[in-house]
Amino acid sequence: MKLHFELTELQTGYIAAIDDERFEDWPNFFTPDGNYEIIPRENFVQGLPAGLMHCFGQTMMRDRVVSMREANVYHAHTYRHFVSGLEILSQTADEVATRSNYLVMRTVNELNADVFQVGRYEDIVVRTDAGWRYKSKRAIYENARVDTLLVIPV
Amino acid sequence: MQVGDRANVDKGPSPSGGEVRFPGSDGSSVPFEVYSSKEIYDLEQERIFRGPTWNYLALEAELPEPGDFKSTFVGDTPVVVTRTQEGEFAAWVNRCAHRGAIVCREKRGNAKSHACIYHQWSYNAHGDLEGVPFRRGVQGVAGMPESFDLKQNGLRKLRVASYKGLLFASFSDEVAPLTDYLGERMLPGIDRIFHKPIEFLGATRQYIHGNWKLYMENVRDGYHASLLHTFHATFNLVRSNQKARVIGDTSDLHTCGDLFITPDPSGASDYKDIATFKDKLSLEYPQIVENRQEFEELVANHLQCIFPQLVIMQIQNVLAVRQVLPKAPDEFELIFHFFGYADDSPEMRRHRVTQMNLVGAAGLISMEDGTAIELVQDGIKSGPQGHSIALMGLEAAEEDQERVPMAENHIRRFWRGYQRLMGF
Repeated sequence: MKLHFELTELQTGYIAAIDDERFEDWPNFFTPDGNYEIIPRENFVQGLPAGLMHCFGQTMMRDRVVSMREANVYHAHTYRHFVSGLEILSQTADEVATRSNYLVMRTVNELNADVFQVGRYEDIVVRTDAGWRYKSKRAIYENARVDTLLVIPV
Repeated sequence: MQVGDRANVDKGPSPSGGEVRFPGSDGSSVPFEVYSSKEIYDLEQERIFRGPTWNYLALEAELPEPGDFKSTFVGDTPVVVTRTQEGEFAAWVNRCAHRGAIVCREKRGNAKSHACIYHQWSYNAHGDLEGVPFRRGVQGVAGMPESFDLKQNGLRKLRVASYKGLLFASFSDEVAPLTDYLGERMLPGIDRIFHKPIEFLGATRQYIHGNWKLYMENVRDGYHASLLHTFHATFNLVRSNQKARVIGDTSDLHTCGDLFITPDPSGASDYKDIATFKDKLSLEYPQIVENRQEFEELVANHLQCIFPQLVIMQIQNVLAVRQVLPKAPDEFELIFHFFGYADDSPEMRRHRVTQMNLVGAAGLISMEDGTAIELVQDGIKSGPQGHSIALMGLEAAEEDQERVPMAENHIRRFWRGYQRLMGF
């Protein structure tokens, strides 16, 4: 019960950082060598690696954020995450494998919202001195057609 | 995107019967209605996609086993490509000969035959009709006419040809053989990328609310590259005077552009007047743009556009073919088919996956293209008639145009080929 609560806290903090546009905090939810990927389910089920974002380590995540802030050009937009069904698949004292559902609504120019992405997270969470962190987070999305572009991690 | 505005899209002024007047024949001026008119869109399906062209379908590596199939499109016509039991490739229109229903409803799979769910008419991998339930009726009554011939009622077949593992199809009996269609100026680029067996790494899909031709211009447009996509400039990674070679084919259809890696003795001085240049930022993980040389020529960026809807791409070590599928005058799907080489080490495959971050819908150096295309579509969908212009390099010598990627000559080339095929 306590573990489930702590994992929920981690996830709540993670989605709040993204939805509140505190992108610089996003890499800090991972271990320094943590992995983050966004992969369409059609590839995942075939065992194919190609996806939209592949960050191997916090350095690549920070580069992604700097690029998003300084280099890339896009219409102003925000996410709102809805997550559910956090399930513990396996656990040891310091490492937990979890799965949960996510739905991301994207609002563009504070005018219209659409279902942007729907899928599941498959996470490996590890205990660190600073608390639970993602060692691996894979967002496996089902609606393979990405509308126009994806800028912000989900 | 102004997502909500799409419901109210005014398709713009449409010429009667899909006929349109281009201001000239050199491709330097394009009437806006060619991007928004439904009549012209429909004519393009007939004269281009079902006309004398070869359309990319799949990588052979996507269909390794007999019976493997993939649903795709030629233009907006649903087409299935299969590897037959004999190991050959076949393609047919995904429309049942009986009532016209979609026969194959899966995106990919393996099957010896394909049955329409409506009345269970079934076809083999070649598209031949093999079975019609109750053909002799019930208790011998009310079956199909005696004269009904399975052989005459197969699926509509397309011509299929492949080059270096790239599969193409054509509706046309007149189109030149595939290698002639590609032309001798385009073959070396394809030969280089496909010089050894490849390994398919998966596809990603992007849906863009713009006309398909805006994308085919975009990939031929070296002018926008460093101005719209500021990733390289922001992180001090490239200069606009990089050595380039941008060539077209003799039929004004295809284009092949290469950017070569060159030393930088002047210290990025070409960017000094560009507002996007930031001289303090650098990447924490520069390997994301590292080129591990795998070709004789040290090419950083290879973009090869094969008319009408294929782009062969190598950016550093990420390899892909992009397939453009028009869905409506103001919508198209863009599919990236990523691949590596069959003999890649796990580490090299990981490097290619790392560099997938550069391209596609979330590509660090490419994500802006969809937005730029939608801004054009939004700008031209209503209002007075007008035309776009592509004049950069118009008065330059051909040899200069071929070494300066900034020119718009390949946009003009695309439109000359387009005008010829469309009869405009």
